[in-house]
Order: sequence, then structure tokens, then C-alpha cells
Amino acid sequence: MSVLVYTESENGKFKKTALEVASYAKAVANQLGTTVTAVTVNAANTSELGNYGVDKVLNVSNSTLEKFNAKSYAEVIKQAAEQEGAKVVVISQSADSKYLAPILAVGLHAGYAPNVVEAPSNTAPFTVKRTAFTNKAFNMTTINTEVKIVGVSNNAFGLVENSASATSEDFSPSIPESGVSVQSVDKATDKVTIADAETVVSAGRGLKGPENWGMIEELAEVLGAATACSKPVSDLGWRPHSEHVGQTGKPVASNLYIAIGISGAIQHLAGINASKVKVVINTDPEAPFFKAADYGVVGDAFEVVPTLIEKLKAFKVANA
Amino acid sequence: MKILVCISHVPDTTSKINFTDGDSKFDTNGVQFVINPNDEFGLTRAMWFKEKQGASVDVVNVGGVETEPTLRKALAIGADAAIRVNTEAKDGFQVAKELAKVVQDGGYDLVIAGRESIDYNGAMVPGMLSELIGANFVTNCISLDIEGTNATAIREIDGGKETVTTSLPLVIGGQKGLVEESDLRIPNMRGIMMARKKPLTIVEATDAETETASIEFKKPAPKGAVTLVDAGNLDELINLLHNEAKVI
Repeated sequence: MSVLVYTESENGKFKKTALEVASYAKAVANQLGTTVTAVTVNAANTSELGNYGVDKVLNVSNSTLEKFNAKSYAEVIKQAAEQEGAKVVVISQSADSKYLAPILAVGLHAGYAPNVVEAPSNTAPFTVKRTAFTNKAFNMTTINTEVKIVGVSNNAFGLVENSASATSEDFSPSIPESGVSVQSVDKATDKVTIADAETVVSAGRGLKGPENWGMIEELAEVLGAATACSKPVSDLGWRPHSEHVGQTGKPVASNLYIAIGISGAIQHLAGINASKVKVVINTDPEAPFFKAADYGVVGDAFEVVPTLIEKLKAFKVANA
Repeated sequence: MKILVCISHVPDTTSKINFTDGDSKFDTNGVQFVINPNDEFGLTRAMWFKEKQGASVDVVNVGGVETEPTLRKALAIGADAAIRVNTEAKDGFQVAKELAKVVQDGGYDLVIAGRESIDYNGAMVPGMLSELIGANFVTNCISLDIEGTNATAIREIDGGKETVTTSLPLVIGGQKGLVEESDLRIPNMRGIMMARKKPLTIVEATDAETETASIEFKKPAPKGAVTLVDAGNLDELINLLHNEAKVI
């Protein structure tokens, strides 16, 4: 009967979203008067989950699951849900979890609500608030099946500490053959990803050319941020496609989004407006982005950004 | 190779989002509908398979008669035939189930959908469809090649990309990268004329069940005005981000 949560890890370490979905699962379990069971794949140390309300951990260690495979991972979660008799399954909205969710939903005959931003407003009928129209609206959705899957938007619910001591047991689901096999992964391992970043520093055509990105990378480094770019910049080949954020690029839901030399076309805003605090630096005071921003600096990026880097470095030293 | 491209009929990105009937329905008044951008990249890649590998390309939508202009546009871009499953799309599972029947009846080898629609952003129909018909599934797909029944795809992942191999039958969740924006085709007059003569078949729905229901829409609280900071006073910006917004 417990609430099951899939807590994602990378290289054995839990992602921040894992702790967030655990926090969410605990809130649902409190509403339903039950406990939280987490399922993890190849995680090194699961005790951390106890701090976020997890009572029991099903720990899967399996070398065939070293690389993410949506079908296989969906199968792991499905078998865990069946073993636990879970009526609610909570997942994140990372690219991996979004990939496996519909496969899992069909496997469990479960209704699935994605992009959920708050704890259920009601448990009977089970009602959640989710975003729609690319963050331009919310939709109250009921899930009417016996088993329910909730996909919690990254950075929407936050981390809630709930001291519990999580017991851990090994779990060995049977993994069927998958028809999709990963041949190679091309991923920068030393950089924080746009999906996981607390802060994203993004730049647009106002930077005039790819040779000017040094200061963007430096600003990102000072802030521990991921770098991103607007669509024209990736179309021009100044930056890799994987940095393109916006409606047809990657979605951003960071705490802080800094847009430099980006005018703020509606397609760009659609992809980033789930971010909590938006800062715009632009020479043009009429740039539409200022209407969507929380803080703005009207000025030349080539003057503002280097000064900002120096001042942030000093701030970091003062607050260290 | 028989390809089916799933076409979502969605409000253009620049549309004003309003609701009607006690905030229970999307207000379509004055809204321009388009082919979902993620689907259009997939449709354009399908055209490549048609022209270079002799594939046939059909398009499908689950929806009412109001979606037909969007299907006609897909025909004008170059699809061979269109199918409309005549029912109101209510949730992802119901749509996936209706599509599963179309795929099975039509014997399609490859289904190309968008990674998500820009209205509900659920990103669930392609994956559910693949499970219902027992096909392989690759989403966030930015490159796709097919040889015989073998497929090689590149997909975006958090922080990079990966190359996968798989086989038909296959469902793709496509996005920008399958083709580039500059490859997208604007229907020309000849295409539009020909599209009028191409078959648009209406099939009755199977009345697939729903699993979720939309109760009410809400608009976000209006955003406050931007706080402007003088470019010569960036200490103030840092102060605001630290003490007011508490994000650094």
C-alpha cells in the first residue's frame, strides 16, 4: 500500500530531483496515511533517502542496468510497485523518467499525470495541479485509475527534510530483453547539466559571435551554473544544439535564469518560464524579455558581464 | 516501409491562452492552430524517407472536424493520405489507444510522433502507443536512419546525446534535429492543390477509455514588474539576488 518513488542516481549518487520526488512521495504518504518505499538502481549509499521521508529502499544492483534503458527501468519500477502493492508511484520529470513514464503507465494500467507542481489537492478523487500550454497555464487533473503515476516537475515542490531511517533491502526484478540498445553516450561529465542546474546562464545573438562565450562560461563557473543559449545561436552553430533552450529545445526550470543578449521571443520564454527568478541583461530597453523578467540590467553585455563576474567573485569570497 | 506520422493540432505559440465554460475548456476564439512543431520535424524527416527510400507516409490525428485543416496542411507538405479518428481527444491514454488501432489496421512499420505537444506537454502518447502495439520506442530523437528493418537513432539526453540501435516496428518521439528548421517546408500552391485531392479518411473511434480527466484550468498569478538595476551599480543586483530573491 505504500507510496513508491523512483529515486534516480548517476554514478551511484542520488540526483537532486531524487530527493525532491522523495519529499513529494512523503507528502502523499502523509495524506494517505501510509509509508514511502523508494526503488533505486545501482545507487551506492541509500541512507540519504531517509532524510527525506523514505521508510524503505528497494535496492537494485544489476550490471545490465548500467546504462539507462527506458523499457528495462520501467520494468524494474513496475515490479517494485507490484511487490509493494503501491497505489501511487512518484517519478521525476528528468529526460529519463519522462521516457520511461508512458511505458510504466501502460504496464501498470495506471493513469499518469506529468508536470505536477504541487502535492495532491485531494486524494479522492486523486487531484493534482499540473502545468499546461508550456507553462502558460495550470490544469487541475484527476487520475481515475486504481494505480496512479505522478510526474513531479523539477524544482517545483522543493526538498522537504523528514527524518526517518530508511531500511534497505536488495531487490532483484527480472529484466526482459530490450529492443533498444545504447551504442555510445556523448556527455560532458565535468559540467552541470541544464536539467540539474540550480542556475542557468544563457546567452543569445547579442553576444555577436562564438568567440565571445568565454565570459559566459566564466560567469557560469563562478555561479556553479550550466550554460545555455537561444535558438538562433544554436542554429548559427555558435553553440551545440544540446545548449539550446526554448520551446523546441530543452526546458529550463532552474532557481535562477540569467539571459544575456537574448531578446525574449515567445518561443524562448515558453521554454524557460518555469524558472523561478529571471535576470535579463540587454542593451535594448524595449526587449520583450524585460516584461518577463524579475530583475533587469539595461546595458552592454561586454561591459556588464565582466564587471558582474568580478563582483560575484568578491561576493563569494566575502560570503565564504 | 509504411510510415505513420502523428499530427497534433495545437494553438500557435503566440496564441493568447484563455479559458471558457467556467475555466473548464480552452478558448479557441481567435486562436490560430498549427501542426505541433515537434511533429513537423518528424513529418519532414518522413518526407526524406519517402523521397530517398520509397516509403509511404500517412498522417493521423485524433480529434474533431476542426483539426482537418491541419491534416490538409500535412498533405500539402507531402504526406500521401490522412486519417482522422473522429472523437474528442480527452487524455493521453485514450489517444494512444485510438492510434494503436490505426497502426494495427494499417500495418505501419514506423510511427513518428513529436516528443511532446506544445499544448498539454504530456510527452506520453508515443510511449504509450509503443507499449500498446509492442513496438520499440525512442524519444527525444534528433537523428534517425533506417536500413531494412534496422534503425539507428541519436537521442538527446540530459547533458548530451546517445546513439541507439533498434528495429522496426518502431515509434519515435521526434524533435528539432530530426531535420533542421531550415529544412521545414512551406506548402506551395501545387502542394495545396494536390492536398485537396488526397484522401482524408474519417474513422470512427473505438471509444477507448480515459484514465485521467481535466477538471479546471487556472492562469498563473500576474507577474510583477521588472526591477531595473543600473548597469553601473551591479552590487545592487547581487544584493537583490542574495537578500531578496535568495538565489545566490
